[in-house]
Amino acid sequence: MGLEAEIPVLTTSVEKMVQWARRSSIWPVTFGLACCAIEMMAMSCGRYDIARFGAEVFRGSPRQSDLMIVAGRLSRKMAPALRRIYDQMPEPKWVISMGACASIGGVFDNYALVQGVDQVVPVDVYVPGCPPRPESLIYGIVQLQRKIALQKLA
Amino acid sequence: MDSTALVALLQEALPGVHLESAPAHDLQTTVYIGRDDVPAVMRALRDRPELKFSVLAELTAVDFWPREPRFEVIYLLLSIEHRLRVRLKVRLAGDAANVATVSDVWPAANWLEREVWDLFGIVFDRHPDLRRLLMPEDWEGFPLRKDYPVQIRMKPDVRQPMQVTEEEFRANLEKDRHARK
Repeated sequence: MGLEAEIPVLTTSVEKMVQWARRSSIWPVTFGLACCAIEMMAMSCGRYDIARFGAEVFRGSPRQSDLMIVAGRLSRKMAPALRRIYDQMPEPKWVISMGACASIGGVFDNYALVQGVDQVVPVDVYVPGCPPRPESLIYGIVQLQRKIALQKLA
Repeated sequence: MDSTALVALLQEALPGVHLESAPAHDLQTTVYIGRDDVPAVMRALRDRPELKFSVLAELTAVDFWPREPRFEVIYLLLSIEHRLRVRLKVRLAGDAANVATVSDVWPAANWLEREVWDLFGIVFDRHPDLRRLLMPEDWEGFPLRKDYPVQIRMKPDVRQPMQVTEEEFRANLEKDRHARK
């Protein structure tokens, strides 16, 4: 961006503009599955305040969201529902896999749970921890913002 | 009422039924009954005025594999009127893992028996709706059996059955098309 002398306008490219708009207001869909969801809620509330990074608008409808934070262990029975919610989200959309269980199954190495949600949906950022602290998740969102900022339009 | 008195009371109410009193670490009255006695005993426990076990607090099972008889089905009953609790157990062999349903005695047993069937494969005869409750509908095997492989690795199934039949789906499309005209 450059400031032209005497004329009060900023110039930029469409691509930069779109990247800036996308990364500055990420709307996550509510998808708390287990204890990680408690940390996710803490992240969105006053003490940690994800509003500072523009991602505080948690939506109840996948139609209005562009980020899915998979917070918790995903059971096999839940997998079709998760996939359906993901499919209902409009493009462009991103996924954060929050915590050990969502990422690789965690301590639950058994028949009932999906060993990593990347078997069901494409994951952009993995946040480690059991559960991750709100700061970790904020860091994950900032990493996602960096990723969005590098995403080419064409 | 202590355990001995309660067993005596039960035996008095249920003549001709073999009641095998068993010691329990938690001092709760525990009685083994035969598999074929289940419907008659349960109905009597609920209906006899001196017992009135009107609440089925829990119905569950344990797998003692490789011991035979392998399964034990456990009924926890509560009599609100007489302030009594009793734990009834039924032994089941692995090759004859079926017992009569008690869902006609206590409707609460309906889902509990579905859960036990879902996870242990114990069949409840004449159950009105013996379908899977916790596991996916098309699941194979009974996961809480001790000989079930816990750490199996499978691709997750993400397809979802259609909520309508294909004919209904097409009819809906047609209806839509007409409405738009």
